Amino acid sequence: MTAPILRIENISKRYGKKDVLKGASFDVLKGDLKILIGPSGAGKSTLLQCINFLVKPDEGRIWLDEQEVHYAHKRDLCAYRQKVGMIFQDFNLFDHLTALENVRIGMVRVKGMGKAEAGERAVMELERVGLREHMQKYPAQLSGGQKQRVSIARALAMDPKVMLLDEPTSALDPELIGEVHAVIRDLGNNGMTMIMATHQIGFASSLASEIVFMEDGRILERGTPDKIFNHAENARTREFCSKITELYGERG
Amino acid sequence: MERKPGPVGGASLFSMKDREYGDTMPQKCPHIPHVFKVIERMPESLIAIMDALPYLLQGSMVTLVVVVGAMGLGFALGAPLAVGQVYGHPALRRFIAVYVWFFRGIPLLVFLFLFYFGLCTAFDINLSAFAVAIIVLGLISSAYQSQIFRGAILSLPEGQFKAARALGMSDFKAISFIILPQALRLSIPGWSNEYSILLKDSAVTYALGVAEIMARAHFVATRTYQHLPLYFAAGVIFLVLTWVGTKGLRLLEERARIPGYSPKGL
Repeated sequence: MTAPILRIENISKRYGKKDVLKGASFDVLKGDLKILIGPSGAGKSTLLQCINFLVKPDEGRIWLDEQEVHYAHKRDLCAYRQKVGMIFQDFNLFDHLTALENVRIGMVRVKGMGKAEAGERAVMELERVGLREHMQKYPAQLSGGQKQRVSIARALAMDPKVMLLDEPTSALDPELIGEVHAVIRDLGNNGMTMIMATHQIGFASSLASEIVFMEDGRILERGTPDKIFNHAENARTREFCSKITELYGERG
Repeated sequence: MERKPGPVGGASLFSMKDREYGDTMPQKCPHIPHVFKVIERMPESLIAIMDALPYLLQGSMVTLVVVVGAMGLGFALGAPLAVGQVYGHPALRRFIAVYVWFFRGIPLLVFLFLFYFGLCTAFDINLSAFAVAIIVLGLISSAYQSQIFRGAILSLPEGQFKAARALGMSDFKAISFIILPQALRLSIPGWSNEYSILLKDSAVTYALGVAEIMARAHFVATRTYQHLPLYFAAGVIFLVLTWVGTKGLRLLEERARIPGYSPKGL
């Protein structure tokens, strides 16, 4: 068995008296697409944000490429975050920059690339998500689906080893979900390692290498899509899956 | 009726010319003829303004340098103060809160005297009144400007900072390249307010002898007894400068506007 590209161990987080995460652990292999499902408040989003330390976990350790991440060292943390792309539910594009500048700024300001070189790469990434002709537009001039595709291009331009996607389509109109799913599917086919929280069961089951069911800050069950959706061991998993299948349908 | 001219410093508006017009004035209702006198003396007033205008306009250059200098200093100090107050260590935040309270809480005139006649004398600092005016106005403005910027920073969605960090930016880079460019755009309306307040506050520096508009108007008025026209002219110059400045900042706001993105509440 090959070594995992990302390994997280016993991540815990509490806000005041509330335990949001109670020791989540898993390994991610290169090329995996791990899907986190579970009800709101289960800790999916907190877990994803703990993985790149946007939320500081109270406990737990993380290894990327068998190197432990020392997030207290600012330089190490910034270097690690460059290798972990993050896609947010509400896009978080930089509002004062055009699509092109949004994709370019990380390469220029973080990696120290020249503007011209970074610009070429940015155009390439925007082309990959099908937005080349919109590259001079500002976020406010783009649709939700386009914004999310720009944010994916922005993350890809940093050459991440792992991508974290926090419900990337849940703020989108149903009509716009497809275009974002197509981009994610394409990424998966090209071997990108991803961890994604989503409610889009159909999409998840067609693409995931593993489904992780979370509730109340814990990982209750995990397995292949077939196992989780059709032969779940845990009663709570079965209940959640049948409800969500009813809501979002078999196909995403 | 013959009146003696009053002493120069305490000259009333009509004291000098009362001698010439005194005999024709009805005694019972003194206000009405005063109005006539003002109108009657319009040509004379205009001449007084025209004569003093180049001198006053030189003063408006001094005023502008003081205001622009103070705004620049206020900006240079205010922006880091705002960042410190929003993102800084709790001790730093408390220090900045005290700084803001201090500079917003003491009247400008008190500060000017404290600095110029007090500190500069006590510590034998050789600073011109002009320099002290810029420094004091700048320090006070930095307290106000920091609060303008702070409000703008706080109005930005939290996700902007998160996204910058997620790209691997240090907090310093995130603030420099993502937070401040947006916050400063949102600050321009508040900034034009600050400009008009500073412009008017700068008149107080005449008390130190800075040769700005007010000092010059006062100087000419007390020597020619043309108080009404000169202070009127000074007021008009201030009005014009306010208009030009806020118009300029409005243009800047238009230029800095991001297509499809307008500040909240617009």
